Amino acid sequence: MTAPAQAPAVAPVKTPPTKRPSALRTLAGQLSRLWLAVLLVAVWEITCRAIGDAYFPPPSEIVRAMYELWFSGPADRLFLTTDAIDDFRPSLTHVFGGWLIAAVVGVALGLVIGRFRALGDFLDPVLQFGRSIPPPTLIPFFIVVLDLGAQMQVTTIVFGVVWPVLLNTIDGVRTVDTLQLETAKVFGITGLSRLRRIVLPAAAPKIFAGLRVSLGFALILMVISELIGSTSGIGARLISAQRSFDMAEMWAGIMLLGILGCLINGAFVLVERRLLAWHGGARRLDDT
Amino acid sequence: MLEIENLTHAYGSGPLIVGGIDLRVEAGELVSIVGPSGCGKSTLLRCIAGLQRPSGGLVTKDGKVVEQVPDDLAVVFQDYSRSLFPWLSVRDNVALPLRRRGLKRAARHEAADQALESVGLAEAGSKYPWQLSGGMQQRASIARALAYRPTLLIMDEPFGSVDAQTREDLEDLLLSVRGNGGMTILLVTHDIDESVYVGDRVVVLTKSPTRVRADLRVGLPAKRDQITTRGLPEFVHLRAEVGRLVRGIGTPVQSAS
Repeated sequence: MTAPAQAPAVAPVKTPPTKRPSALRTLAGQLSRLWLAVLLVAVWEITCRAIGDAYFPPPSEIVRAMYELWFSGPADRLFLTTDAIDDFRPSLTHVFGGWLIAAVVGVALGLVIGRFRALGDFLDPVLQFGRSIPPPTLIPFFIVVLDLGAQMQVTTIVFGVVWPVLLNTIDGVRTVDTLQLETAKVFGITGLSRLRRIVLPAAAPKIFAGLRVSLGFALILMVISELIGSTSGIGARLISAQRSFDMAEMWAGIMLLGILGCLINGAFVLVERRLLAWHGGARRLDDT
Repeated sequence: MLEIENLTHAYGSGPLIVGGIDLRVEAGELVSIVGPSGCGKSTLLRCIAGLQRPSGGLVTKDGKVVEQVPDDLAVVFQDYSRSLFPWLSVRDNVALPLRRRGLKRAARHEAADQALESVGLAEAGSKYPWQLSGGMQQRASIARALAYRPTLLIMDEPFGSVDAQTREDLEDLLLSVRGNGGMTILLVTHDIDESVYVGDRVVVLTKSPTRVRADLRVGLPAKRDQITTRGLPEFVHLRAEVGRLVRGIGTPVQSAS
């Protein structure tokens, strides 16, 4: 009687379970997993005390070194010491400055290259080669050209982290659903409006994946460039502590960089979840 | 309104898919186009909509040759889940094309809400498309087309991906909204019952390279409903006729033109 071939693609009712784990439950979940960390720190502390080796200070000593060096400042400066400001400011400025420049350059170039398939195919070998150069190997060159200092460090970071953003943007732009583009065409959404309202959001999940990888790279390259040639920043502090055999302070630098990495990544994920809520939601439903 | 003269199309140097279509559609008509699957219905629609430049022949709309998508033409695609933008709310999806009409934001939203109400989605404006059921998503994309106020609405198997019950609801929705604004509607479907139920005319295509096999006028009353209309002798007769024609048996007729 009615149509014989009903595509089974769609269940009649997809109830919208925009069920995100509540903040409280997430926190409880995190806390319940915290015991492992506590246990590990305890084992670490006990082992180091038992060994009594100067190269392996126990975590309590590392934390004290961190506190004395960076976090024993006055309350009106968020407890940051002058040393903390001197160390953190250049490092963070370089990380975020370099990353932001790379993000803007990568997304802009990626949009252009992704838009023109022939251009992308033409440039592909060059891009693949550029991406394959381990960025730290360029530091000696940048030192020669730009001298030690902020410029060299930011250049290193930009060059090192632009690739994931660029390649992901190209891929994202190229793989925009043709039906979405046709819909845009039918309804007269063209030119810049198309770029802003269709192409960019459609490519955003891939662009964000690239940005996230880049942010991790940026932190690594910041430290490397500071270890090699800098007088300021967390990396420089770390290397000077090593040179003066202040093991606790050296470990403090290592720990701080780890914590910084977690915080930066966490902040990025929060922003991404907010901006790409639609993507997460749509994907969750597709999976069901 | 719409004139198609000897339209042919082949992709690249491939085989001829559309083998010479001649068709005239008057303003305000709802023409169903049926044909065996894979016969080139969608290609034909794409040529009419200006999404695909035909290899030969001419499509004229209101006396002007269609070379790109005319700005008073809307399309409802079969695949609503890909055709609605998942990053926009349902209201914004409907409102987005209206930027072209030069409407201010508030006016766009008002028009969008109105269109959503006319398809029974008054409450869904602030949701995302993927939070709706398949049938509701297709309603949303119909609302988007209606809000755009096209003179020609092209629907490419619009109800092909929803369940039978939803399909009937959507068919009735189409019948109820077609009056507003006097749109001309081309509806491609593979469902013979549907083509008769919603159409003023049923154009039957041959298999690829497709031509017009028959052009039948539907002599059903304007007011139709799923139960009575489908029981009318005229409906039963036409359905059988179209069914035979689609399968390639029966005598081609040109009762409409």
